[in-house]
Amino acid sequence: MTNSDFDAYRPPQPERKRRRRRAAGEVRRTGAGDGSREQPMVDDIQFDSYYGRPIVKAPPWKAPIALYLFVGGIAGASSLIAAGADATERPTMARNARLTALGAVLVGTGALIEDLGRPERFLHMMRVFKPSSPMSVGTWILSTFATASGVAAAGEIDSLLDEKLPLGPLRGVLQAVDGPAGAVSSALGAPLATYTAVLLGDTAVPTWSGARHGLAFVFGSSATMAASGAQLLLTPTAETGPARALAVAGVVGDLVGMHYTKSQMHPLEAEPLEEGEPGRLLKISEGLAIAGGIGALLGGRNRVVAAASGAALLAASALTRFGVLNAGLESVKDPRRVVEPQKARLEERRKAGVTDDSITTAG
Amino acid sequence: MSLLSGPEGPITDAGWGHEHHRKGFFTDTSVCIGCKACEVACKEWNQNPADGERKILGSSYDNTGALGANTWRHVAFVEQDGDRIEEARESGRRLVSLGMPGIGPKESRTAEDGAPLDLTGADRSHPDTPEFRWLMSSDVCKHCTNAGCLDACPTGALYRSQFGSVVVQQDICNGCGTCVGACPFGVIERRDDGTISPKGSRDERFDQDVPEMGTAHKCTLCTDRLIDGEIPACAKTCPTRSISFGDRDEMVADARERVAQLHERGMTEARLYGANEKDGVGGTGSVFLLLDEPEVYGLPPDPQVPTAGLGSMWKRAGLSAAGMIAATAIAFAAGRK
Repeated sequence: MTNSDFDAYRPPQPERKRRRRRAAGEVRRTGAGDGSREQPMVDDIQFDSYYGRPIVKAPPWKAPIALYLFVGGIAGASSLIAAGADATERPTMARNARLTALGAVLVGTGALIEDLGRPERFLHMMRVFKPSSPMSVGTWILSTFATASGVAAAGEIDSLLDEKLPLGPLRGVLQAVDGPAGAVSSALGAPLATYTAVLLGDTAVPTWSGARHGLAFVFGSSATMAASGAQLLLTPTAETGPARALAVAGVVGDLVGMHYTKSQMHPLEAEPLEEGEPGRLLKISEGLAIAGGIGALLGGRNRVVAAASGAALLAASALTRFGVLNAGLESVKDPRRVVEPQKARLEERRKAGVTDDSITTAG
Repeated sequence: MSLLSGPEGPITDAGWGHEHHRKGFFTDTSVCIGCKACEVACKEWNQNPADGERKILGSSYDNTGALGANTWRHVAFVEQDGDRIEEARESGRRLVSLGMPGIGPKESRTAEDGAPLDLTGADRSHPDTPEFRWLMSSDVCKHCTNAGCLDACPTGALYRSQFGSVVVQQDICNGCGTCVGACPFGVIERRDDGTISPKGSRDERFDQDVPEMGTAHKCTLCTDRLIDGEIPACAKTCPTRSISFGDRDEMVADARERVAQLHERGMTEARLYGANEKDGVGGTGSVFLLLDEPEVYGLPPDPQVPTAGLGSMWKRAGLSAAGMIAATAIAFAAGRK
């Protein structure tokens, strides 16, 4: 008889085995030996958690999301650099920054779609605009930014190829919307680079939630640092003066921002940022950022030093994103990171005289 | 979709109007016997696949582990000795009562089969000894008033039903996973596995054509059953009425009455979880009566809906974005050739 669809998966029933004989020497747990008392099934249980099992779940976000956080930052900050380079007549840097922005945003979009449980339903993101969902807001920022960057970069590519793109009558349209598209992409660049901090902060994951006060500053600085680094790597030193200054500013912002972020967190929430694999990534990132910053400041006029510094800054930014993402994923594994900060804030509110907002009540 | 629910309640805020009643569970863990019938009934009714590998977890008689994409009811088992019982009693005494007015006798209320719901004669005395006790508790989605998962969903796949529950539309969800991190209780999860191992073959496992892979899953409050006037499978099957189901107001009133009863008997360890509308999630649709601190059962002691901090987070992101723009502008202005 079939009651459920799952019954179809049942293979023919194998023959029933006899119950396994108890091996010699194997001890069976009994109570007092005479069945008079109940024997606890668990030894040495601690009651501050349920068998040390996680309370909250981390989102199923893996390396593609960290990659997206990284390249999304590059794309956003590069579009700002492109606008600045345009305004100050640095055509090579403007072109390189535009193309960097487009390349990064394409990689990022691909990574984002790749990490979906049902990638073919990516467009369902565009069904609604939901201000309460950072993912929704971010998707709209990303898709608008990507479209605008695509148009702006198409203009660059067309002029790079001496108007050889088979555009036909569309060339006039492209040239007309080229400027506005660049403006849109620059306007959305900074939001694209910083909204991801809200995306992580708007969770119950202890380390991300605890980092919500300062993470936006870290991500904004890290993006600036990475995009400047990309220009130090790609563009001849004659045009990269402002990128060098920005790189140094980004490094300073990154270091100060991370320090501030940690200072706002419960020690147990901050711990994953300092210890274990994520902590190691973040330490390396810090070292690379400092090295890249000093290199850009002192040796940025030398093409080789500039390129090396740029690469260091890019790597530092990537490691920051991987470190922060992984620290969050790590932080849910220990229920203490959920219980202790929550108990502390509950106690703090009680001390401040607020006694009516606990989820646990006597009646 | 409302950012955070107002005083009208989540159903009205979601646009359903006033004629709908918010439904909910009251899980009285003091009468749970740990039979796991709710787990089974839930899996059967909702046709949820098995959770990955079958493992003995070493956590008393709980080998289910936790709520997740394929597990929408989870019975926790905790074994405690005399000292811990005394501690629980003490921590219960320190709790604040909300001092809500009690309601009168409820002769007019009936059980789901139409018979009068009269439990006054039932023996609900506590079976434990002073030296040892079991804590068993059937956990479930809380169907929060201010639901983090609902707020965070970027596709609108999650919605507030006319019963006040929070439900995933399986044909809309694209599995982005944002809701998973947004749940302060760790309930909702993306279905990334699921196997079937037929009875009688412990070792063989078969990859199953699991339905709705890659999308988020959680308790639906058995929406399909509610529409047909039935109560959720877990509540229907619970042999001790540890899980009761009905209008949330009545469930909360029942819970208050029951906790007062237990306190009268000196069981000061009894406490309610989720009945307070001023808590971090605006009160839960599923209310629990617990006999120890929430974390003992794997529940968070002070859950907050992440959305509550969203305004301040956007401000900080805006500030950071402004900083990026200013820094870029200054760098280029200063470096003008």
